[in-house]
Amino acid sequence: MTHTHANTECRKLLASLSEYVDGALDESICDVIEQHMGECERCEIVVDTLRKTVELYRSLAPAPPVPDDVRARLFARLELADLLKDIS
Amino acid sequence: MPERTLDAVYSLAALQKGDRTEFARLVDAYSAPIYRLALKIVGTPQDAEDVLQETFIKAYRNLSTFEGRSSFSTWLYRIASNEAFMSLRRRKPEAVSVDAEIETPDGEQEPVQIVDWCCLPEEELLTTESREYLDVAIDRLPATLRVVFLLRDIEGLSVRETAEALRISEAAVKTRLLRARLQLRERLSQYYGERIKEAA
Ligand SMILES: [Zn+2]
Repeated sequence: MTHTHANTECRKLLASLSEYVDGALDESICDVIEQHMGECERCEIVVDTLRKTVELYRSLAPAPPVPDDVRARLFARLELADLLKDIS
Repeated sequence: MPERTLDAVYSLAALQKGDRTEFARLVDAYSAPIYRLALKIVGTPQDAEDVLQETFIKAYRNLSTFEGRSSFSTWLYRIASNEAFMSLRRRKPEAVSVDAEIETPDGEQEPVQIVDWCCLPEEELLTTESREYLDVAIDRLPATLRVVFLLRDIEGLSVRETAEALRISEAAVKTRLLRARLQLRERLSQYYGERIKEAA
């Protein structure tokens, strides 16, 4: 395999990487990608670290609660201040 | 995703009849993710608070026209990202609009950082310091990529919902998501690559 050819394959793979890690691609396309990854360590690392990047961000805790003062001003602005205590 | 279950809980009929308690419950359930999104787009607590308030004021005014074709969450994220971008444009007029054409014919930036840091133990990947780094890395993304990444990977919307929320095509969502993720991967590889070197 010439370097130029490998490079073209790598570039092609790059374009579908995001959908690949989301599991949004057809099996036949996945097969092509996985075959290339078996032959190209560079792409394998890029795929693994991209997947890990997405996983890390997704593992972050859900949104922290809105600070109390911000929440109180929000309810006041919406004329819902009387309900603030009953809701939480 | 909590949004899915939450969506089923709110009665559109009650909301549209002006049931204040129902609206207060909706506000309470969504204010945390909306505030986080606003903060990550506009960057300052004061502007984020304005976006949060404007989002629910607009939502309240427009409840009667909400047809339930998208979920409450997608609808609220749409109002919020719109407000956030308006705020951003007021502060930084050079900032591009949410639907700016950013697609280039050259394709994607080649990956530069090639280091396999996946092997690092979980506690090393998620120290307080690395969490801060993950956070700052998002802030460094251009706004048009950042909002797509936030909706899709942080708030957990699907590609279709993200497209609906931002009124851009699904193809544009996919392109921007790929770019955002590739840029984040570069920054994380640099960061964790150094942790590996330190450990060696
Ligand atoms: Zn390759």
